[in-house]
Amino acid sequence: MIEVKDLHKGFGGQEVLKGISTKFHQGKTNLIIGQSGSGKTVFLKSLVGLHSIDKGEIYYDGERLASMNDDQRKSLRTEMGMVFQGNALFDSLTIEENVIFALGMFSDMTQDEMTERANFCLKRVNLENVNNKFPAELSGGMQKRVALARAIAFKPKYLFCDEPNSGLDPKTAIVIDNLIQEITQEYNITTVINTHDMNSVMEIGDHIIYIKYGIKEWEGSSEDILNTENESINDFVYSSELFRKIKAKL
Amino acid sequence: MFLTEGIRSLGKYFILLGKTFHKPENWREYRKALVRDLELLGLNSIGIVSIISLFVGAVVTIQTAYNLDDPLVPDYYIGIATRESIILEFSPTIICLILSGKVGSNIASTLGSMRVSEQIDALEVMGINPAAYLIMPKVIAMVFFNPLLIVISMFLGILGGYFAAEFAGVLAPVDYLQGIQSDFNPFYITYALIKTVVFSFIITTVSAYYGFYVKGGAIEVGINATKAVVSSSIAIIVANYVLTQILLV
Repeated sequence: MIEVKDLHKGFGGQEVLKGISTKFHQGKTNLIIGQSGSGKTVFLKSLVGLHSIDKGEIYYDGERLASMNDDQRKSLRTEMGMVFQGNALFDSLTIEENVIFALGMFSDMTQDEMTERANFCLKRVNLENVNNKFPAELSGGMQKRVALARAIAFKPKYLFCDEPNSGLDPKTAIVIDNLIQEITQEYNITTVINTHDMNSVMEIGDHIIYIKYGIKEWEGSSEDILNTENESINDFVYSSELFRKIKAKL
Repeated sequence: MFLTEGIRSLGKYFILLGKTFHKPENWREYRKALVRDLELLGLNSIGIVSIISLFVGAVVTIQTAYNLDDPLVPDYYIGIATRESIILEFSPTIICLILSGKVGSNIASTLGSMRVSEQIDALEVMGINPAAYLIMPKVIAMVFFNPLLIVISMFLGILGGYFAAEFAGVLAPVDYLQGIQSDFNPFYITYALIKTVVFSFIITTVSAYYGFYVKGGAIEVGINATKAVVSSSIAIIVANYVLTQILLV
């Protein structure tokens, strides 16, 4: 479980996150939703320690992130997997080398064992026969799946995904969403996903928090979101014509 | 304002150096990165360094012969002048300035692209020290390979001078050969190699600094690659003066 208490973060005197508190539970897909520029990515990067926070506390399974020394932080990071918005695959490495990169750095596995693990992870995300290709040779959806395979290669306890289906067609986006949900349940990991895609919210959102202008405006499940009276989130959810029509029919 | 910014940048540069020279997480992976960088930054520079050295050696000989066209000055002096110009200044300084353009822009743009495409963030999330993993192998590759490159450049520069003597007919080859063997001070080689090591360190770390801290997108990567080349070239020129003052005076 990840617990966040009163998280504040700003850049150059402008406060981006204004005191967010929440809990992300194990075995659940936790979604952070909000408009572009609402602070979702800053929040996610603060959670994984890529941004130092100005105020507040982050706890990983009860361990305070700020109290950890360098070795403890490094050890925690080997328990994290992250899928970045632009995939962040290493262009100079093959797909297999990308997937086993962290294993090569931190495990005592032999090359054969690592290749076996890479094959397993790639198969898990429905990719085969791509081991020797380079990221640039794959489509956006395939790259996203490789990024997911890389994120789970080290059997993480925490999985973070920043806009995992941005730039993908609706069908591929659903495939990626379902994969993330299956992996979360299969390995009982704490998954935190940044998204502004309402399809993802309805498909895989076990626990959702809505951020607006750096403030947590609403928190609940995908069922709650359809029945909430909160005006702010209703504005966001029903900003599309399609969802307004669906609501009218319900 | 300008001074404050300069001091801040210098501080960030030294902080980056502190992060760079850290114990590797895994020696095997760092060795792999070192081999990659030796090929990319070192071996791939042999071609351009060879061509430039050969031709500049020839030109230096022709120009020296043209300027020393005096019956009171023996012809073998042209060989001495060519050798000293190449060993003392052309190979260590000018070749390193050329490398700051070729290798420095490569390092800055590679790291800059990795920064804007979040690859550096990905390394950090994995628990890897990105500064050490990405920069240290480059520094080691350049600092150890460039002296070899400069020795090749010295040899080819002097050989280029011989070709000029042989084919341009500006002096007798035998006089040139006598000249390059006369009054030789072996310390000049040591001096040139010390300069090369310092310049190689400057090229890699200054370029890495500009690449590592890129903020923005493709345009900023290009801007920082240019800044990297300009700053490392200026740093090389200043260091050249300081080292010459210390080592030769």
